[in-house]
Amino acid sequence: MSIQVRHLRKAFGDFVALDDVSLDVPGGELVALLGPSGSGKTTLLRIIAGLEPADQGTILFHGEDATAQPVRERQVGFVFQHYALFRHMSVFENIAFGLRVRPKAVRPSDAEIRETVMGLLKLVQLDVLAKRRPSELSGGQRQRVALARALAVKPKVLLLDEPFGALDAKVRKELRRWLRRLHEEVHVTSVFVTHDQEEALEVADRVVIMNEGQVEQSGTPEEVYESPATPFVYGFLGDVNLFHGRIDHGRVSIGEGELEAPEWADARDQAGVAYVRTYDVQLHPSPTINGSLEGVVRHVRAFGPVVRIEVDLVEGGRTIEAHLPRDQFDRLSLAKGQRIYVSPTNVRVFARKEG
Amino acid sequence: MATIAISRSATTAPRAITRATGESPVVRWTLTALALGFLALTLVLPLALVFHEALAKGFAAYLAAIREPDALSAAKLTLLIASIAVPINLVFGVAAAWCVSKFEFPGKHLLITLIDLPFAVSPVISGMIFVLLFGMHGWFGPWLFDHDIKIIFAVPGMVLATTFVTAPFIARELIPLMQEQGTEEEEAAIVLGAGGWQTFWRVTLPNIKWGLLYGLILCNARAMGEFGAVSVVSGHIRGETNTLPLHVEILYNEYAFAASFAVASVLTLLALVTLTLKTLVEWQQRRQTAELAEDPSSPERIAA
Repeated sequence: MSIQVRHLRKAFGDFVALDDVSLDVPGGELVALLGPSGSGKTTLLRIIAGLEPADQGTILFHGEDATAQPVRERQVGFVFQHYALFRHMSVFENIAFGLRVRPKAVRPSDAEIRETVMGLLKLVQLDVLAKRRPSELSGGQRQRVALARALAVKPKVLLLDEPFGALDAKVRKELRRWLRRLHEEVHVTSVFVTHDQEEALEVADRVVIMNEGQVEQSGTPEEVYESPATPFVYGFLGDVNLFHGRIDHGRVSIGEGELEAPEWADARDQAGVAYVRTYDVQLHPSPTINGSLEGVVRHVRAFGPVVRIEVDLVEGGRTIEAHLPRDQFDRLSLAKGQRIYVSPTNVRVFARKEG
Repeated sequence: MATIAISRSATTAPRAITRATGESPVVRWTLTALALGFLALTLVLPLALVFHEALAKGFAAYLAAIREPDALSAAKLTLLIASIAVPINLVFGVAAAWCVSKFEFPGKHLLITLIDLPFAVSPVISGMIFVLLFGMHGWFGPWLFDHDIKIIFAVPGMVLATTFVTAPFIARELIPLMQEQGTEEEEAAIVLGAGGWQTFWRVTLPNIKWGLLYGLILCNARAMGEFGAVSVVSGHIRGETNTLPLHVEILYNEYAFAASFAVASVLTLLALVTLTLKTLVEWQQRRQTAELAEDPSSPERIAA
């Protein structure tokens, strides 16, 4: 089932959490809401679930207006960041809860409930722990119970709030791969909130990047990573270097050096910021013809397949970071204090408001 | 080898290492003796005295004092008042704690402060408030007189005063507990399709049951033992508006010491039962918090 969000607005006192947010989640997809804390992503998720009312705007489930529908009628599954398992109930009863509270007429029999719950426990690979209390489980196990509990009511939409936020790095990686596989199995429209770009890019079919209550960009992981639409997205996804300079006739001047910016051919002496990914920074032992910036190697971290190098630019005193493949690093045989020439490639220039 | 062992014992033996917070034995024993002596004088001695005085004229006289019609009617009235005041405060306490801890609204802090009011004012003042409201010369007095409704110097007034004085016990116990537990479990229940009552009975209540029981025990103990406020509104009519604490006072003023202490011993026994129950519930509660502390999803663990 698809979800459409139209012109949503929500404020908490003076703080505007969501400012005219519109969003489309196609049926069956796994979508990540990605953004820094305070960007409004959790608020958006809670409004979609019905846990929070919106000030303005509409939510459509499969084309039908669900804005005024109470939470318990929306048939959503919600997985809370801290799991929110019922602490006095066993794992089995936690998962069975959604079925047990149904009105008598539509409540499954005890045998049916048992079958559903045991099936879900198998799905989340916890069938041996049915009788345990939540306090006797590890964080990763609890999160899986929370997921099974949400799936038990056969939700039309699955919403997950920072599902792996409270777990340590290793369990996190395992669980997100597992979530991906689970989604391929049950195929329910899912939206999850995260502040971890790696998590979003790795797991989701589509990533929605939010900042200060607005959607900055939405697209496939490749789209948002390869062609960020706004400076914010550029800065938020992946490691990036910034160059402040002036754009004029398709070139950006940064101190003495210059960068090509063909898309700004019409610009006349305008303030701009150039964004360059760390792996798009080329290092040369001598100056190159098409503009390079002189610098001195400040620091080298040479572990793993990618070598991270910090270079102090002679002009302007800025430090930039370059990530080189190991073989290239070995060829350059760089050392601390060495003079080097930097030429950024794949530069993306955004105009900057003068102020 | 041997030389090493000798040199080690030589360096460590002369100074026994004491904890930084440790005191010398003299200080320790003096302080302990003082504390114990104080405890014996103020707690154990009066307790023993009550039972000693109660049985001073023999067990038969003791039984007679308790079985005396006025004492029995006082006991009945005490139970009656408690059985009305405690359930009222149970409902009020849970409702107040629920709305304070699960919702945000203007005036919330004022409400929390108001809940404490009965603790803050002297019980005698609490009684006076009701006399000023419902007494003959009070605000509603003439109207009540016209309609032949008796509140002051009658059971309704005593129930009102007791309810007022014992109002904070349950709410005070539940508010921090429910605030700590937050609203996530309730939200989870509602998303799963549970109605308001289902959420309350199946999720909220089981989570607060030990705290609730603890509050109930304290509330009941105070409801049965309340003297000041009830004394002001009761009018001390024997066999009609006398509760056990008031009866004890009357007997004492009439120099019926043995009878007075006999009735007092009933109240004391009640207090001891309350303490035992309270300890049991506290123990249960601690077990539950220990379980909670093991919970790696609890906020403290995440912060760490």
